Formats: sequence, C-alpha cells, structure tokens
Amino acid sequence: MSKHYYDADDLAKFGQISEFQPKLGKKFFDYYGSVFEAGALSEREKALIALAVAHAVQCPYCIDAYTSGSLEKGADEEQMMEAVHVAAAIKGGAALVHGVQMMNKAKDMTM
Amino acid sequence: MADIPLLRDISSLEQIPSENLKQGQVNDNVGIKQYTINKDKMKKSLQAQAHNLSDTQVQLELLNKEKKDGADFPKFHRKLEGIGLFPLKPTQLDIFQVNMGKMCNQVCKHCHVDAGPDRKEIMTRDTMELCLAALAKSDIRTVDLTGGAPEMNPNFRWFVEEITALGRQVIVRCNLTIILANPKYHDLPEFFKKHKVEVVSSLPHFSAKRTDAQRGDGVFEKSIKALQLLNKVGYAQPDSDLKLNLVYNPSGAFLPSSQESMELEFKRRLKEDYTIDFNTLFAITNIPISRFLDYLVISGNYESYMQKLIDAFNPAAAMGVMCRNTISIGWDGYLFDCDFNQMLDLKLPDSVGQHIRDFDRDKLLKRDILLNQHCYGCTAGAGSSCGGETT
Ligand code: SF4
Ligand code: SF4
Repeated sequence: MSKHYYDADDLAKFGQISEFQPKLGKKFFDYYGSVFEAGALSEREKALIALAVAHAVQCPYCIDAYTSGSLEKGADEEQMMEAVHVAAAIKGGAALVHGVQMMNKAKDMTM
Repeated sequence: MADIPLLRDISSLEQIPSENLKQGQVNDNVGIKQYTINKDKMKKSLQAQAHNLSDTQVQLELLNKEKKDGADFPKFHRKLEGIGLFPLKPTQLDIFQVNMGKMCNQVCKHCHVDAGPDRKEIMTRDTMELCLAALAKSDIRTVDLTGGAPEMNPNFRWFVEEITALGRQVIVRCNLTIILANPKYHDLPEFFKKHKVEVVSSLPHFSAKRTDAQRGDGVFEKSIKALQLLNKVGYAQPDSDLKLNLVYNPSGAFLPSSQESMELEFKRRLKEDYTIDFNTLFAITNIPISRFLDYLVISGNYESYMQKLIDAFNPAAAMGVMCRNTISIGWDGYLFDCDFNQMLDLKLPDSVGQHIRDFDRDKLLKRDILLNQHCYGCTAGAGSSCGGETT
C-alpha cells in the first residue's frame, strides 16, 4: 500500500477489481462497455457527459479517463469546459435550490 | 497532460537560455541530448535547428531504448511473429507513392517528413522520368503524390499530366493552404479538376484552435477557403466524380477514434458552419517519428503514447498495413516500404533493387518489409494508413 490514496497508475488497473469478485466485475464491465457505445447519443456526447459527471463526483480517475476520451472522440477544449460548467451549474443550483427549503423552515420558525 | 516541471529537470537544461524554456514542458529523460522548444524554433524544420532528432539513427535508437523503469517495450516484429505475419510480405502492388520533396509552405508540429520552407530537397525531372518509365511497364493503377507540398515542385504539373497520359489515377496530398499561398497556385483547383486528380487534404479539426495548434496560425481559415474553392469547381459535389477526402489526425498524444463517427461530425460541422462538402474522412494515427516524436518527448508523453499504441495492437489492422500494397519513392529516387520508412531512411536491400531505376515488380513483391517500433502506429485500434482505417 503506497502512502497516497490516489495513484494515476491505478486507473489502468481498474479492470483488476474483477479479481476479488469476477462475476460482478464482468457484469459491470460488460454493462459499462455497452453504455459507451454509440446509440441514440454519439460516443462523443457520451464522453462529454461522462466528463461532466466526473467533475460532479470529483473523481480524478474519471477526469483523467474522460479528458482523453473526449479528445479522442473529437471534442474540443471549448466543448469540454462547457461540459464542466454544466456540472458546476447543476452542483451550484442543487445547493441553492435547497435555499427554498431553508426559507420555508425559517419562515415557519419565525414571527 | 504535461507534468509540472521539477526544479531538477529545469537545472538539467542548463545549456538552454532560460527565456527559451516554456513552462510546463519538460524533457522525458530519454538519455539523449536534452532539448526544449520555443516558438521561433517551431517555425523551422528539425534539420534547420540542427536538432539531434533530425538524425534518423538517433530516432531509431530512441524508439528501441528501454523504458525509464528499465523494461523494454515489446518488439514489433515479435508481435507479428505471434500472429504468423513475420516476415511481413506484400500482398500486391496497387499504389505507387511518390514523395516529391520535403519543401513545404507550412511547418506543422506533427510533420513526419520534417518538411518546411527551409527544406530544399525536391525531386528532379530526371527522377520523375524514371518513375514514369517504371509506371509504364507496370500495371499499378494509382499514383499518390505527397511531400512536403508536392505542388511546390516546379515539375509538378508536368508530372501529373504525364501520369494521367499513362491512364493512371493521380491522388495528391494537398495541404490546402498552398492554393492560397501565391497567385501562381490559385488555379490549382482547376488544374486538379482537368486531370480528375483525387485530392486528399489534412484538416485535423473543425475548430480553428485545434487546427492552428497543430498546423500553424491562420491555417484553419485558409484551409476553409481552399476547401470552398475546391467545392466550387465541383469537388465532392453531387453528380460529380471529383473526389475530395479529408484526413483527421489527433493534435496531441492520443489516438483517433472511430472514423465513421468523426466523419459524421466533420460533415455536419463543416456544412453548417462553412457550407463545405467532402467525400470521406480518413482517420490517421500519428506515427512516432520525426517532429511528432520530438513533440512526444518534450511534452513528456513519449512512453505513455508508445504504450497506448502497443496496447491497441490489432491483428486485423496488421493484416492490412499499407506497406503490403504500396511502394514508396523518395525525392532522390530511392525505394521504401512506406513514407515512414522513407523518413527513417530504411532503404530496401540491394537484392530487391534500391532505386527507381532498378524497379522490378516481381522482386518487390517477394521482399521482406522492414519493420521497427514505429510500425505500432499502423496497427493500433482500427489501423491507420494513408487511406485511413484499415479494418
Ligand atoms: S504535415 Fe504536410 S503540410 Fe504540414 S509541414 Fe508536413 S508536409 Fe507540410
Ligand atoms: S510504418 Fe511502414 S513498414 Fe511499418 S507497418 Fe506501417 S506501413 Fe508498414
């Protein structure tokens, strides 16, 4: 075990999670592969969504993987940053919309 | 993603004046002379910079060097051995690819030819005569003209006319900007049309930023204008048999993805934004030689890029590598398995005939193709050739 919680080399070892539980690992990776195939959404659109979600969940492995993935699928820097802003807007919005809940409660409790 | 430079990396570059160092770019510690880039240098070929990677021997040594951790990259010929393809043999001789010279009006960062305005090596008319003689006695249907910018060769038009007179199809690898570079080139679209030349042109991206980053400032705008001119004379128009194909290659240390989905996106964007039409998009992998190799080393991406190519090795792509149906002719008439081997100066053995004046179809078809580590670029993923994917 290294002294760091995150190691960039671990990304390439993702597949090894199947070692401890092959059946579920296989099901997951089959599913994962299918999700990213072109369908009603193109591979590039899916990579950009993944990039946005990666930022929302703040996963450095996913950010690494889907920065490369988005470039490989032909996205450009502007599209990628717009995707990150979508994540930021939703995260910020999600925090702020709860402000209504706070206001409701505050109104209930105050004269 | 370039590493943040560590102090010790910077100090090891002491022979380079500090103003030439670009933040964020470190050498990859490959054990050969240290180097870095500055913007002015990028406007010159490696040769004009007296860069050590302009020496093909240094490139081959680097490609065969062990990794930083001491392990070796698997040898390409062993991979082929594993699938019963070694020694690699030609399957036929369909394409006669002539490199008309290293002179070019552009200095793209990824150029595997190390071409540029400072390169003076171009094919003479005598050598072209030898090419025509070889063509006349063969049944090769397609002649693929490349460079540099082949149009800059003063005998370019004559050569195209002569090849066409032999009844062969000409493909020209046109960098687009040449059409606008000088009034004497403005009528190239008309000339191409007259001889039914198939035009193949690089456009690394439908965004100006990404294209210019690879090919130089202002290249995108000029390329768009040139494409519109080609469309105007009838290229890639409905009911026209004039073919205009585009080449996409990644502007960075990553591999191209599905040619088909990229083509859809290119078609949509170029049509909507610039009313441009084209026939087919060829997705081409950058081969780790010459200026692209230099880029990989200075950006710290060399090892990870090689690993990506190796991990993506695809036996089906190996079956279809372009050297199996192509012969490549250098500006000085020497013969090679492909344009990449030409740039690494991997000449055919004497027994096969080394020069176009010795052209012998039967001997060429029996030759062993010369392989090295750069060949991984042709076999990654869906494969890569001058005509795009090979699978
Ligand atoms: S890639 Fe083509 S256009 Fe660019 S410098 Fe090389 S030969 Fe010229
Ligand atoms: S680099 Fe040349 S010799 Fe090597 S596989 Fe590709 S086409 Fe063939």
